[in-house]
Amino acid sequence: MRVLVVIIGLTLAFTASAIDTEEAFADPEMQARYDALIDEVRCLVCQNQTIKDSNAFLAKDLRREIRRLMEDGQSDAEIADFLVARYGEFVLYRPRMSGNTLLLWLAPLVLLGGGGVVVARVIRGRMALPIDDEPDKAAS
Amino acid sequence: MARYVLPVVVFAIMIPIFVIGLGRNKNEIPSPLLDQQAPQYALPSLENPTAMVGSDSYKGELALVNVWATWCVGCRQEHEFLMELAERNVVPIFGLNWRDQRDMALRWLDELGDPYFATAYDEDGRVGIDWGVYGAPETFLVGADGVVIYKHISPLSEDVWQSEFLPRIEAARGAGR
Repeated sequence: MRVLVVIIGLTLAFTASAIDTEEAFADPEMQARYDALIDEVRCLVCQNQTIKDSNAFLAKDLRREIRRLMEDGQSDAEIADFLVARYGEFVLYRPRMSGNTLLLWLAPLVLLGGGGVVVARVIRGRMALPIDDEPDKAAS
Repeated sequence: MARYVLPVVVFAIMIPIFVIGLGRNKNEIPSPLLDQQAPQYALPSLENPTAMVGSDSYKGELALVNVWATWCVGCRQEHEFLMELAERNVVPIFGLNWRDQRDMALRWLDELGDPYFATAYDEDGRVGIDWGVYGAPETFLVGADGVVIYKHISPLSEDVWQSEFLPRIEAARGAGR
């Protein structure tokens, strides 16, 4: 048990090390915005990481760029537009709803609806079957 | 009957999707810059820090913009082909030395040859971001009207040149771009 606690503790210790070593914003509200933004932007070198988690230099450059745009007074939407104009929709972890990404957004609904129709039909088919095995009879 | 045919039909639809998906290179993300005005920039020249190199250097002419760095293995791989391309003199090549060290970049050009008309020195990657660069080598074909005609990610080679670049260059020249 004690060994297990030590192992878990050591594993967690790794994730505690920060990648972003830049100085925090003086304004905590800005810092919160910044933290949220960099957690939404994909690092294109290491495609399954956000630029918050990645220490690739492209991630570092993009963090610096976002910082600069924020200091220029740009809104989150404007910063997202800036990134999409250069790297494409893929740079955002949550792609925005547009012609290109419509299928991506609607596919889960379509699949859920399709599955629902199949389930409904199967249940209705079963309900139409005569009930021929009474549980009482099987017990006796 | 439908319960036997349906799975077969679904399977038949899925197979081509998977085959196409397997053939695609997931690391190559289509650039939103295509058919858009190429970024404007002016950076210190790699060779001469007081001179400026940038989009004005190839204003009004068809040009290649090649993003490279000495730490980039693929750049070394394509360098020989770039030298050959420069000799053919089809289209001027402009370098964008991306996030590199000046002395190392200069030594590279000294040792391996310099295929570039001029090379801009993008030390902090600021201009690289405007071009949407995420992995060198990347090569852009920019029209005389300043529009990005094509982007190639990964090393250039004779094959890529023949199949992707030449037809586009001819088409662009034909259209007066």
